[in-house]
Amino acid sequence: MDYIDYYKLLGIPKTATASEIKAAYRKLARKHHPDLNPNDKDAIKRFQQINEANEVLSDATKRKKYDQYGKDWQHAEEFEQSRQQQRQSAQNQQQQYGGGQNMGDFSDFFSSMFGNMSGGGGNRPQAKYRGEDFSAEVRLQLIEAYVTHKQTLTVNGNQIRITIPAGIENGQTIKIKGHGGIGTHGGPNGDLYITFALLPHPRIKRLEDNLYTTVDLDLYMAMLGGEMTIETLSGKVKLHVAAETQNGTKIKLKGKGFPVYKQEGQFGDFYVTYNLKTPTHLTQRQKELFTELSKTS
Amino acid sequence: MEKTYLIALNEFCKNHNIEISFIESLQNTGLIETSKLHDAGFIEVEQLMQLEMYVRFHYDLDINLEGIETIMHLLSRIESQHKEIVKLKNRLMLYELNE
Repeated sequence: MDYIDYYKLLGIPKTATASEIKAAYRKLARKHHPDLNPNDKDAIKRFQQINEANEVLSDATKRKKYDQYGKDWQHAEEFEQSRQQQRQSAQNQQQQYGGGQNMGDFSDFFSSMFGNMSGGGGNRPQAKYRGEDFSAEVRLQLIEAYVTHKQTLTVNGNQIRITIPAGIENGQTIKIKGHGGIGTHGGPNGDLYITFALLPHPRIKRLEDNLYTTVDLDLYMAMLGGEMTIETLSGKVKLHVAAETQNGTKIKLKGKGFPVYKQEGQFGDFYVTYNLKTPTHLTQRQKELFTELSKTS
Repeated sequence: MEKTYLIALNEFCKNHNIEISFIESLQNTGLIETSKLHDAGFIEVEQLMQLEMYVRFHYDLDINLEGIETIMHLLSRIESQHKEIVKLKNRLMLYELNE
């Protein structure tokens, strides 16, 4: 457990007055407040540190104890114990500080120095505070995002079963209400924000609700036409290749693309681009035939 | 018929130890919408999170209404830009994977 220099954290001298502490806290809180830094996980941590520093330095009793024993907090513990023995009971101390619920917001250093004290600084000490919002990332294969399915997640030790709707987008965030941090003083729980990261498919690419793939087409089928089978995310599809198909030709399979998010029964399209493969390692006979063919044009 | 859950503003102010005039100012600037029922003010539960954020801005961070309006404008710009970045990244992936 490391000593935390609260003065340094707030950027103020040890001689700072109460108003200077308040001004320094507000300045930093405005910079690092999680409400002002969405999607910044570090902001929550930085804000908690600033809050903790303010909690100690803005309270005369805590500040006195911190100033006296700050660097030697272990000795403060011993000192407090002997002082408590001199007192008749520890109950008075409990009344002096009051109980608290949000110890989770403070560092081990703070807890060891000040014990089970309440946060609740500022102008609204008994206000109900909403719990912290949690963020999590879930990685999905493209095929998993193709169908609506349930998944069990473990967030902060709790298991949550969620339904992931088909058509979820890479980078999309959904909110699970009330599954964030526990509220303070009876305030509501925070929310859980889950961001989905879709892993790339080896052959099929997705752009919004459409899917794209490239298939190799041999020269003979390109010239004479024919049938070939390709794989889509919903199964195999037979393609009719037109005669004299050019390299780079793109065809559309309507409704064979990705499901539209929360629009049941609606799908994007599947685009197939033909990549013409000319034959290699020709036999003598094939060369003769190509030569003969070339003379016909 | 869809139910609308309302929270009494008096109750909200009591719980948060704030003045009702602050909520009236938010209403006047268009940051929140309140409704009246039998002379009592209410807010829809969907706006609660937003209102609590304004309370934190004003009472914890000492930001005035003009500041809150500016912040909300910038936050909404950040959010739309974030969405645009995600969309562009997804589009870029289509070309990167073709390489």
